[in-house]
Amino acid sequence: MSETILKVSNLSKSYSSGDKLLTVLADVNFELEKGSSCAIVGPSGSGKTTLLGLCAGLDKASSGSVTVNDVVLDHLSEDERALIRRKHIGFIFQSFNLIPTLTALENVMIPLELKNEKNIRERCLELLKKVGLGDRYNHYPSQLSGGEQQRVSIARAFSNEPILLFADEPTGNLDDETGATIQELIFDLNKEKGTTLVLVTHDLDLAKKTSRILKMKGGKIVSDETQVLAGLPL
Amino acid sequence: MNRFWLFKMAWRDSRKNRARLFLFLSSIILGIAALVAIQSFGENLKNQLDNEAKELLGADIEIQSRYAFPQKFLGYLDSMGVQSAREVSFASMVLFTKSGESRLVNVRAVEPGYPYYGSFGTNPINQGVLTNPNQALVDETLLLQYKANTGDSVKVGEITFAIRAGLTQIPGQTGIAATVAPPVFIPYNRVEETNLMQRGSRLYYKLYVKYPPNISETLVKSIKDKLEAENLRYDDVEERKEEIGEAYEDLTGFLNLTAFIALLLGCIGVASSVHIYMKEKVQLIALLRCLGAKGRQGFGIYLVQLLAMGLIGSIIGAFLGTVIQYYFPLLFKDFLPFDIDLQLSWPSVIKGIVLGVITTLLFSLYPLLKIRKISPLKVLRASVENNEPDRWPLLVYVLIGLFILGFSYLQLGNWFTSVLFCLVLLVAFVVLAGLAQGIIWLVKRFFPTKRSFILRQSLANLYRPNNQTLVLVITIGLGTALLSTLFLSRQILLDKVNISATLENRPNMVLFDIQESQIKELEDLTKQNNLPVLASIPVVTMQIESVKGKTAQENKADTVSGLRNWVFNREYRVTYRNTLTESETVTSGIWQGKVTGPRDSIFISLDERLAEDLKVAIGDPLVFNVQGAFITTYLGSIRKVDWQRLETNFQVLFPSGVLEQAPKFYVLLTRFESAAESAKYQQVMVQKFPSVSIIDLNLILQTVDEVISKVSFIIQFMAFFSIITGIIVLIGSVLISKYQRIQESVLLRTLGASRNHILSINALEYFILGSLAALTGIVISLFIGMGLAIGYFNTTFNPDLLSLLGMYLFITLSTVFIGLYNYRSVIIQPPLEILRKEG
Repeated sequence: MSETILKVSNLSKSYSSGDKLLTVLADVNFELEKGSSCAIVGPSGSGKTTLLGLCAGLDKASSGSVTVNDVVLDHLSEDERALIRRKHIGFIFQSFNLIPTLTALENVMIPLELKNEKNIRERCLELLKKVGLGDRYNHYPSQLSGGEQQRVSIARAFSNEPILLFADEPTGNLDDETGATIQELIFDLNKEKGTTLVLVTHDLDLAKKTSRILKMKGGKIVSDETQVLAGLPL
Repeated sequence: MNRFWLFKMAWRDSRKNRARLFLFLSSIILGIAALVAIQSFGENLKNQLDNEAKELLGADIEIQSRYAFPQKFLGYLDSMGVQSAREVSFASMVLFTKSGESRLVNVRAVEPGYPYYGSFGTNPINQGVLTNPNQALVDETLLLQYKANTGDSVKVGEITFAIRAGLTQIPGQTGIAATVAPPVFIPYNRVEETNLMQRGSRLYYKLYVKYPPNISETLVKSIKDKLEAENLRYDDVEERKEEIGEAYEDLTGFLNLTAFIALLLGCIGVASSVHIYMKEKVQLIALLRCLGAKGRQGFGIYLVQLLAMGLIGSIIGAFLGTVIQYYFPLLFKDFLPFDIDLQLSWPSVIKGIVLGVITTLLFSLYPLLKIRKISPLKVLRASVENNEPDRWPLLVYVLIGLFILGFSYLQLGNWFTSVLFCLVLLVAFVVLAGLAQGIIWLVKRFFPTKRSFILRQSLANLYRPNNQTLVLVITIGLGTALLSTLFLSRQILLDKVNISATLENRPNMVLFDIQESQIKELEDLTKQNNLPVLASIPVVTMQIESVKGKTAQENKADTVSGLRNWVFNREYRVTYRNTLTESETVTSGIWQGKVTGPRDSIFISLDERLAEDLKVAIGDPLVFNVQGAFITTYLGSIRKVDWQRLETNFQVLFPSGVLEQAPKFYVLLTRFESAAESAKYQQVMVQKFPSVSIIDLNLILQTVDEVISKVSFIIQFMAFFSIITGIIVLIGSVLISKYQRIQESVLLRTLGASRNHILSINALEYFILGSLAALTGIVISLFIGMGLAIGYFNTTFNPDLLSLLGMYLFITLSTVFIGLYNYRSVIIQPPLEILRKEG
């Protein structure tokens, strides 16, 4: 029987804007199973990033519930949610978000250092080799191109061997060719590590490479399409 | 929490920020250096005082009296087996025969043996013992001033002595004391022959006593008891040590506060730099939190980083301070009675380091605390703000306030002064911060949308996010206020003396110790020299026999309401006249200027402070002993006397008709218009009346200026720290904003702005900031100066506006220069090159 990694139930998020209550996410429900991949697509302002933030435990919902790996995040404090992210979650961002004062290797090591793991240097060097940056591990982000920075970001995302990986427009800042390489890298590593992937994107071609596409509009899921992909579980 | 990881992250993160972090350090370094230098020096001084206490006095005990010591008393000391050397000293004119010039000096006639401990410093060396009765030792600066050499002659009264050597150091006497009353030492057994010790001369007698080795404590006690019984004042080594220590503590307390202001200025710099630094780190911290770091881990990284910086800065500062203290003996040489042997003072170094770390922590805590509340969601949306209430910042402000107050108290040792100091500082802060906010508000409110591009851009720089307005206005303003106050205080003191010296019809020369038999001839001689006799004031010396019917003995027995013994022991110099002078105002009672009949009651007038000391009210009886004759008087009026005016003022004033027949001497006031006139007159007087002393106000002016110059040299040295710190804070804040503004400047240049545009925009911005801050600082100092002049120095306040204008221009232009200097790369280099370099 397949295992549910992420469960979202009746999730809503509202902000007060002056006297008005602005609902950016309304009654969202879905579940993701281990090893699956899912793309959240939709126009700007449809609530994609808000949903990602809530699923990853970066924010608290106004109502509803998020469960990651059988842990309900709803009533956890920020520090308790940080522990969940540290253990189970990886991130890839559109603008790479590498720490400018750390070298490529040190950036990759951060999640493991936070977990207080030992002998991590070799493992992280291996990961950097996998993303094709084995010889540039000692470079600072400012010495790397956009594509190279995103590779470091991917290596960092996989370094703590997350069960759930969130990618927010991972190719949004890259040219087509580099973007294609990065996509390939994400999906290959995802397949290899058996990670559950949640992808937020405008790019429908990229979305089509996932096993499920959630379309959002006005803070709601308007369609939930499951696709059969060769070699990937449903 | 993995503490090692925090240290590692703090280290890693600092790698690319070292230049900026070093600027934070610089402010701490300077503040701590100033403090450690002063405190180390103080520690060393204390040790020296302990080690060389006996040399300070030159004896084990120094006994003082206004009368010659009776033979009986000297015999008693002999019987105790102690050695003693007598000294009599008085102010007198001396004549340097080679140049023909004369000067008022402190003549000290001492018996051989003194100093028992230590020795006179002389030039040529080792000439401090007066073996030849025809020789004198003369203060070295006097020799330089009057171009006299060893072997030349100096005439003291009627005796001419050969100058044996110049005096460079006297046990227990500071250079500054020698400036005020330069000493001339002559052999004791020749003092009578000078003919200067006549009735009316103010003579001071001292007896230097050396105990035999291994003297018992009982013997020391019995000698001291005898001194008490004889009503003799004395100083022993312990007391002298305390006196010097206390005098020095006042000075170091003030200097420490100046150093502390330098440190505070640095702290403002630290606080604002950390504030901007932390703003830049928000995304990074949000990312770390996103990756699973806890709030306190993010806080911990920067706490470690800033504490490490504070520690490094403090260590460097403490080291620098230790080095600087070696320069202090030069700075303080005129204020210390001995040469000081400097050593590394570990207590001061450790205190400095701890203080540095505490101040760094306190002043960076507020921006640091905000880190804990950064939401990880900021990684996805930069606009997310955390609005959770936080009580910590309030606590930080309270801690900073308590810290400043506590430190001030430690330095000043008085809560009232400490609170006053903190209040002045707070008001200055509030005024400057208010000014900064006011500028921002005004520029926003009345933004000149139709004015030139350059003006609009520079004005916009004043209120844009991460602007430097607040930090620059406070640091430059406070620095200016401090400097300007120092400048004004000096000016007030000099003006005060100058007014008396230059005002028409006011005396600028005082002749005293004139015998009754000499006054007529002296008046005539003055007139013959075409100088006016502005006043001839009779002075009668007397003592108080009883106050409100109680004699000295009865008073001593009265332990409850008794007066202090000195009121009976001291000699009062009294005059009589029927009118009051301009510097006197009756505050209670009625001034009765004349006694008409021998049976009339005599109503005298007392200075209000003396009346307070004597605990007398209008109508109370006072009996005076006028050289053997008792005169019963009643307190008729109490006067407020302006002692600050350089006139002959008296604490006790008799009406005319009482003292006319009493033995007296005179003081004559005259006025000269040129230095040549004064020199010629003095020469005639010294030749004709060697026992008459002359005070030339110009000489006093010169002396006061010299003393102030020496004091202000030290103060300026300390203020230098504040200025340098201010400049570093300025460079720091310019550099910090430089990283943010480079993008804008490059964009402007890419869009076609010329170098001149960028230069003008920045120059105008710094001009506005520097100009307003300097102006406010000067205005603040004018208020402080006015308060000092009216409240403390009791004089009018006439600031030298031209000099203040000079200071305003200097500070404003320095701000503009430093600002532009830091932007030079943006101005000189092509835009793309800057973008590549600055990353």
